Amino acid sequence: MYEIFSEQILILDSAIRLSVPLLLACLAGLYSERAGVVDIGLEGKMLGAAFGAGAVAYVTGNAWLGLLAGIAVSVALALIHGFASITNRGNQIVSGVAINFLAAGLTAVLGQYWFSRGGKTPPLTDGGRFPEIDFPFAEQMMDVPVLGLIYSELLSGHRLLVYIAFLAVPLTWWILFRTRFGLRLRAVGESPAAVDTAGISVSWLRYRAVIACGILCGFAGSYLSIAISSGFGLNMTAGKGFIALAALIFAKWRPVSAMYTCLLFGYLEAFAINYEGKEIYLIGEVPSQFFQALPYILTVILLAGFIGKAIPPKAAGVPYLKERS
Amino acid sequence: MNETPAIELRKINKRFGQVHANKDIDLVVKKGSIHGIIGENGAGKSTLMSILYGFYHADEGDILVNGNKVTISDSKAAIGMGIGMVHQHFMLVDNFSVLENVVLGAEDSQLLAGGLDRARTELKRLEEEYELRVDPDALIEDLPVGLQQRVEILKALYRSAEVLILDEPTGVLTPAEADHLFKILDVLKKEGKTVLLITHKLREIMAATDMVSVMRRGEMVATRETKNTSMEELAELMVGRSVLLRVDKAPAVPKAPVMEVDNLTVTDSRGVQVVKDVSFSVRAGEIVGIAGVSGNGQSELLETLSGIRRATKGTLKIHGETIDLGTSSLDAADMRAKNMGHVPEDRHRMGLINSFSEYENSILGYHRDPAYSKGVLMDLGAIKKAAVEEIEKYDIRPPNPLLKTASFSGGNQQKIVLAREIERDPEILLVGQPTRGVDIGAIEFIHRRIVELRDAGKGILLVSVELDEIRALSDRVLVMFDGKIVGERGANAEEGELGLLMAGVEDSQLTVEGGVQ
Repeated sequence: MYEIFSEQILILDSAIRLSVPLLLACLAGLYSERAGVVDIGLEGKMLGAAFGAGAVAYVTGNAWLGLLAGIAVSVALALIHGFASITNRGNQIVSGVAINFLAAGLTAVLGQYWFSRGGKTPPLTDGGRFPEIDFPFAEQMMDVPVLGLIYSELLSGHRLLVYIAFLAVPLTWWILFRTRFGLRLRAVGESPAAVDTAGISVSWLRYRAVIACGILCGFAGSYLSIAISSGFGLNMTAGKGFIALAALIFAKWRPVSAMYTCLLFGYLEAFAINYEGKEIYLIGEVPSQFFQALPYILTVILLAGFIGKAIPPKAAGVPYLKERS
Repeated sequence: MNETPAIELRKINKRFGQVHANKDIDLVVKKGSIHGIIGENGAGKSTLMSILYGFYHADEGDILVNGNKVTISDSKAAIGMGIGMVHQHFMLVDNFSVLENVVLGAEDSQLLAGGLDRARTELKRLEEEYELRVDPDALIEDLPVGLQQRVEILKALYRSAEVLILDEPTGVLTPAEADHLFKILDVLKKEGKTVLLITHKLREIMAATDMVSVMRRGEMVATRETKNTSMEELAELMVGRSVLLRVDKAPAVPKAPVMEVDNLTVTDSRGVQVVKDVSFSVRAGEIVGIAGVSGNGQSELLETLSGIRRATKGTLKIHGETIDLGTSSLDAADMRAKNMGHVPEDRHRMGLINSFSEYENSILGYHRDPAYSKGVLMDLGAIKKAAVEEIEKYDIRPPNPLLKTASFSGGNQQKIVLAREIERDPEILLVGQPTRGVDIGAIEFIHRRIVELRDAGKGILLVSVELDEIRALSDRVLVMFDGKIVGERGANAEEGELGLLMAGVEDSQLTVEGGVQ
């Protein structure tokens, strides 16, 4: 019995680690889409950030500088998306896809050119990577039954960005529902004309949302290359941006639901890794691809209307055009 | 008497591409008055008000607020000058509460809590002062339109608006709600606010305003004191006496009915009845004209008959077949297959695809016709040949079927649409605004074609807001007002009488007073 419990704690522990990039990217998308800018380029921004962080952290040996670089790259890509879809009222899907391609190509080419390791960045030294943070008495608590394992395995021993990601959830909720910026952000995603006639600049508001999205994607990408792993690997986001997008829909564009959804998707991934090639009680061996596909399957089921209704912000994806031509 | 006006406009000009929406507009609005601006849809009223509210920028001209020349660069500037606007389509966030909508853009501080509390207190005060009761915590999407409009007014008052612009405020309201709105406007006036009421409904102008200005085709044609004018004069000013149109035509020789409409009712997406229990028939060899100020249900009638819009109930008898329009799923293609041609009112929106070439447009809606296809492919040769023939016959210029229709003038575009529909030899032709934005030469040509079609024994239903056109072409005139047919006149209907019917004066009153017919 206790073995199953400790095994589950270990799966949960890795679920937390795996859900962090999803959560950060999902919250990033939430800012953007709540403001009416659909962002399919989360993947590209994360990848760009992961590369920027990995490269700078290696060169400087400083994780903080790496994080800053990751955020800078991601915000730059976000601004390209903003310029295309807000200023020039382009198609937001096309712009997002372009950013994904741009990031996939550029990281590989620059990585090879600078480091000549087939697109990877060199492994990081200790200072280049965010260390694990051990809570006080984590070692000693280990032996306390049940609670000890939860405290020292599940809660303690994660890297800084993990805690930042989970703190970003209440913070996002507070910004969205308790501040002026949040009110306007939600309004501009529903009815930009109402915002415009209230005397607020639609463009500037959406740009700020897109920048917030860039910053959070920067955290997500940096987490991948300089926290959970030691260095950038080719295409290391591996579709996480798209799963985050699915999670955003699944969570109906709400921050707290986003956290639960990302934890669920992270758990599925951890479960799949843990049971890779092993028999599951009563079910037998399940191919890991099944678990990889589950987030998408769940999202499709949700969209088909089986688990409540996912209604996107009304103006999402629609460029705001005031003047008649 | 020498009080500075609340708002003064001098020589305002605004163009949208080729459309000159506002031409040299002058307007003086007295403080503490209700000033009506009346004109047909597309006369430029909304554009003018959007300029005043900083939503559009005038190309030329000056705006004076309280005697000071100002530049209104955006809505924020307008709000700062005490100008508030209630838009025709409400500018509200549907899934926000009333309170959130009111504070949006006027939140006081970075954190919401303080602003929301102040708004709650202030709303309570405004509610009492102006009798504008509404639950501050209700979601907008749960409120009826009348209350949503109240929220819009509260929004403006919360921003301490001194001048309130209402753009077609009664379009979405029931008559009772509209009456209540006019009471609110009276209270506003008593409190010293200035109200600008934009509408195309004469009755509202007479009921609610002190002054009225009339716009027609982008121009301000007259300003009157409401008590010194009449609906008849305003109707005439609105519709305008354009060039006298004369069409040489012999008296009609109508035969059996080709189309009979019975008890047709149409409800629009807002749930408002726009066509109310309308019955009429069109006979072979006659032109039936539907007159009315635009926005009284004619467009919806035409769209329903042509299969674009669904009816709530009613039947259509055509070729001896009775179709229940309330349940039928006939679309535009099906109606065309029943030999019913349709020249839509708005050629840009429904008649043409302007980025397509002329020959492609010349078969739009008839592209399934076997005459234009070879198996699954289009028979481009046959299509172009037909297009060239139409170009010659209708004198469409430039005579180039490969040119995009966007490069043709309005008159020639209209001829392309007309040629397409007439040359398919329909038994019934529905024609909407055949000469809107068309030059005089083309007007004559188009009118001649329509009369020729009549003389060939076809039935024609003509919808036009140009009274002269209706009178010149129709053998019978039906007048629509507020979704109903309120009167029928013969070929020689008098203009004044039609004008009164169009303004909603009841037929029975007319016959008693005037003793016509």
